[in-house]
Amino acid sequence: MESRRNPRAVVDPKVRQVGFFTSSQPDSSSTQQQPDPISSTSASSPPLSTISPSGNSLSPVMIPPPLHNSSDTFPLRAAAAGAAASAVSPSSFSYSSRRDFPDGSTTASPGRHSRGSFVKSSVPVASSLPGIGMDSMAAAKSSSVPASGLTTVSVVTMPPGLSEKASGMEVQSDQKKPLKEKTTKAERRAIQEAQRAAKAAAKADGGKVAPVNAASVASTSVKAAKPGKATSQKNDVAVAAGAAEKKGGPSEKDRKKDAPHPRMQYDDESRVVKAKRRAVVKQTEAKNRVELFRHLPQYEHGTQLPDLETKFFQLDPMHPAVYKVGLQYLSGDISGGNARCIAMLQAFQEVVKDYSTPPEKSLNRDMTAKISSYVSFLIECRPLSISMGNAIRFVKNRIAKLPITLSESEAKAALQSDIERFINDKIIGADTVIVKHAVTKIRDGDVLLTYGSPTAVEMVLLHAHELRKKFRVLVVDSRPKLEGQLLLRRLIKRGINCTYTHINAISYIMHEVTKVFLGASSVLSNGTVYSRVGTACVAMVANAFRVPVLVCCEAYKFHERVQLDSICSNELGDPNAISKVHGREDINYLDGLTNNANLQFLNLMYDATPSDYISMIITDYGMVPPTSVPVIVREYQKEHLLV
Amino acid sequence: MWRRSPSFILDERRSSNSPPMADTTRGPFQNPDSISAYYQTRAAHHGVITSDWLAQAQAAVGRVTGEDQPLSSDNQLGTEKSFNVIEEFNNWRKQPDLAEAVAAIRALAAVIRASEASTMMELEIELKKASDTLKSWDKTSISLTAGCDLFIRYVTRTSALEYEDFNSAKSRLLERAEKFGEISCKARRIIAMLSQDFIFDGCTILVHGLSRVVLEILKTAAQNNKLFRVLCTEGRPDGTGVLLSSELSKLDIPVKLLLDSAVAYSMDEVDMVFVGADGVVESGGIINMMGTYQIALVAHSMNKPVYVAAESYKFARLYPLDQKDMAPALRPIEFGVKIPTKVEVERSARDYTPPQYLTLLFTDLGVLSPSVVSDELIQLYL
Repeated sequence: MESRRNPRAVVDPKVRQVGFFTSSQPDSSSTQQQPDPISSTSASSPPLSTISPSGNSLSPVMIPPPLHNSSDTFPLRAAAAGAAASAVSPSSFSYSSRRDFPDGSTTASPGRHSRGSFVKSSVPVASSLPGIGMDSMAAAKSSSVPASGLTTVSVVTMPPGLSEKASGMEVQSDQKKPLKEKTTKAERRAIQEAQRAAKAAAKADGGKVAPVNAASVASTSVKAAKPGKATSQKNDVAVAAGAAEKKGGPSEKDRKKDAPHPRMQYDDESRVVKAKRRAVVKQTEAKNRVELFRHLPQYEHGTQLPDLETKFFQLDPMHPAVYKVGLQYLSGDISGGNARCIAMLQAFQEVVKDYSTPPEKSLNRDMTAKISSYVSFLIECRPLSISMGNAIRFVKNRIAKLPITLSESEAKAALQSDIERFINDKIIGADTVIVKHAVTKIRDGDVLLTYGSPTAVEMVLLHAHELRKKFRVLVVDSRPKLEGQLLLRRLIKRGINCTYTHINAISYIMHEVTKVFLGASSVLSNGTVYSRVGTACVAMVANAFRVPVLVCCEAYKFHERVQLDSICSNELGDPNAISKVHGREDINYLDGLTNNANLQFLNLMYDATPSDYISMIITDYGMVPPTSVPVIVREYQKEHLLV
Repeated sequence: MWRRSPSFILDERRSSNSPPMADTTRGPFQNPDSISAYYQTRAAHHGVITSDWLAQAQAAVGRVTGEDQPLSSDNQLGTEKSFNVIEEFNNWRKQPDLAEAVAAIRALAAVIRASEASTMMELEIELKKASDTLKSWDKTSISLTAGCDLFIRYVTRTSALEYEDFNSAKSRLLERAEKFGEISCKARRIIAMLSQDFIFDGCTILVHGLSRVVLEILKTAAQNNKLFRVLCTEGRPDGTGVLLSSELSKLDIPVKLLLDSAVAYSMDEVDMVFVGADGVVESGGIINMMGTYQIALVAHSMNKPVYVAAESYKFARLYPLDQKDMAPALRPIEFGVKIPTKVEVERSARDYTPPQYLTLLFTDLGVLSPSVVSDELIQLYL
């Protein structure tokens, strides 16, 4: 990690931020641990929403800044902050140089106001700057526009000397904790005054301010580096001014907050919980990660399992069934969207069965909290799939909707049967309906291509074979999982005529294919199919050959999210899986290079297939074009709540 | 293309005892040499679409019946119990201005009327059986299937019926069935009104096939004193374009006949393409008279809009992936010269136009883009 990040630290930003400065903020706490929870809670606290009525503070439109050297000349980067589309001053979030804002003052963009409560984080930093503090203060301007009550832009300057220091600090991110200081209201006010003065000064000689801030760049990286900790609401957080970097501690944190809010598989809340629960699963983070994917958690595999096993008896809050499932996720014993989802739901059933309401608590609330904590444990073991997210939403919804009049045993029975029904109707039942529909599309003489080992497609093929349709199957597979071999085994056992090839041969083999059947981890509301990595490639080649692509996906895996690429939300697999070939000692060319700073492994688990390449999605609601996924989502969600 | 690939040839050789691919695809169709009943209806209607042709149509009724009976008799043998439905349906569908879906619904209404069921459940089962017979009687007709499905859905999904006593529920169903026929006629008026905004003075419209809706649209446009020109494709082998052009010329609309093969040649002077549809499928594509697909392709490549006029009862829960993915509706083709027996003739009467080549659909639900069709279908059937 160090080796990777050192160079970047030089580049690190110097400050900046946008914040809504009010004097009525709560004091920031002196300890390191507190800020996270605070910021997270404030993120969701009601006052917030009143502050930013436009509600866009949560969805910043961020332009991830490129890497700049400190010597670059973008003194003013109005980065971050929820600069929404509505932004009055669009230039404020582009890399505008200070010249754009000659008066060095604020750009008032309505979309940009951030939570007032975050000012606290900027303050300690500022106050802690000793010498340089004022310099950078001068550079950093932040003021609020009284009229609009909006926030301001900030700027950063950082003398080159500083940056080295900063980088040094940055490396040891773990040591930052004690450094955070607490400021009083008075202090903060004083600082604000100072900033204003500085701004005036800056106005005077606008062009001078040299350096840069690559703040957001750095923050991205930092945050990616420590996904667990990152309280992912970096975006609209008001941030520290000046030489934040000097203090390893606060700066580190600030930057984390500043980082653009990525589309995460888990939202803020659960990420915080995750951070808290970190103690349970000690996953080591992988060291060299590909730049573009730093926002995704990646762990080194193989270390945590024995550790967890020994801990089994110490973890009283964890239900053994959940624990077991978690371990199975971790070790990869259970994989595949449906299998994981069913395992989780069955574990929850166990939980419900063994549950007894603690005194002084209500079942609804306590059970929801319990489920949440289990979910965060499962997330630590492996990031949730979207289908699991939907299932969890269902379970929580059911719990919340339990009538208070029910006795505990009745409530438990009702919940158990609800979960049972979800498994039977939405997963198993859905598959049989999908099979029924899909089989109608298989004609005699077809050559069907499938990729990986999608369970729904396997059922379709087996059923079609039972109906004595004459077809051949082409199983396309890819390293490192080689799941296709399992599918192949099962198909051959039933006497289906199969061909097996790797994805490298796809363009050769595609011209004899008549239909492509794919599975999906999720289908998003713009019709994008989120699936095992390589699926997009297969779909694109098929499209180029004018071969229809059919996606089999149960409707409970649909999600209203929109995703345009595979970058912002994905899962990183074990890098070792692609660096090594099992059983081939002779070709392990990468031995010993795993920790080389110049080498990064990217083992992506999923990719997004644009809807253009998909002819049809087969769900339990029938065969629909990818354009009507939103309709299904809408209808399904409705039903979801009524179930 | 895929059949040429080496592994395929190997496969063929290995299982040379199995029939060749082309035959197996045709296998499921029961009687490849028979003429699609759906096509016959269409042919009959084409002769009688307006009042002028009405007389001929009525004269033809007798003749058509004669042809129909032998054809459908084999089907009827199996379903003796409900041959009523089909007879009823055949009576209705001979009415020239009545769409097939409406005929089906009228036939089903007759089933309700004749039914001796005493509970709603019984009636439903009976109705279901009747609609299944109807559907299986002519698998090639999309609007027949769609009409049956729609009606059954109304019967089984209407909550208003639950609280009434059986007799009033029954009469309400009948009422609804009657209304449906009117709606179908009204639908054409609605579509014609909706489409007026798209026809501007001085435009040239290419029309393919003989669609009652399209004719209605053009008529309305002429009544509104719009100045436009129509190019009609010939529409081999039925000569639908010839019929349409004579209709249009009666309305004093300048019209020009084209060979089917001259579409690309004259496409650059065309401003928009109007076609009807036999069925609108779930993807938003349409199934229509043979040749629509290639016209849509040509129009698409020249950036001309392709408008489809179709009533909403033609929306079908079908999803063809390609041209061969439907039950083919076969028809006889006259070439004027003797065709050697060894020469195969493509006799399918219709093709499938994928949604990406269509611009807009004019329906009684409004002017829809192709992707909305599926939304409507989901809301209709789910």
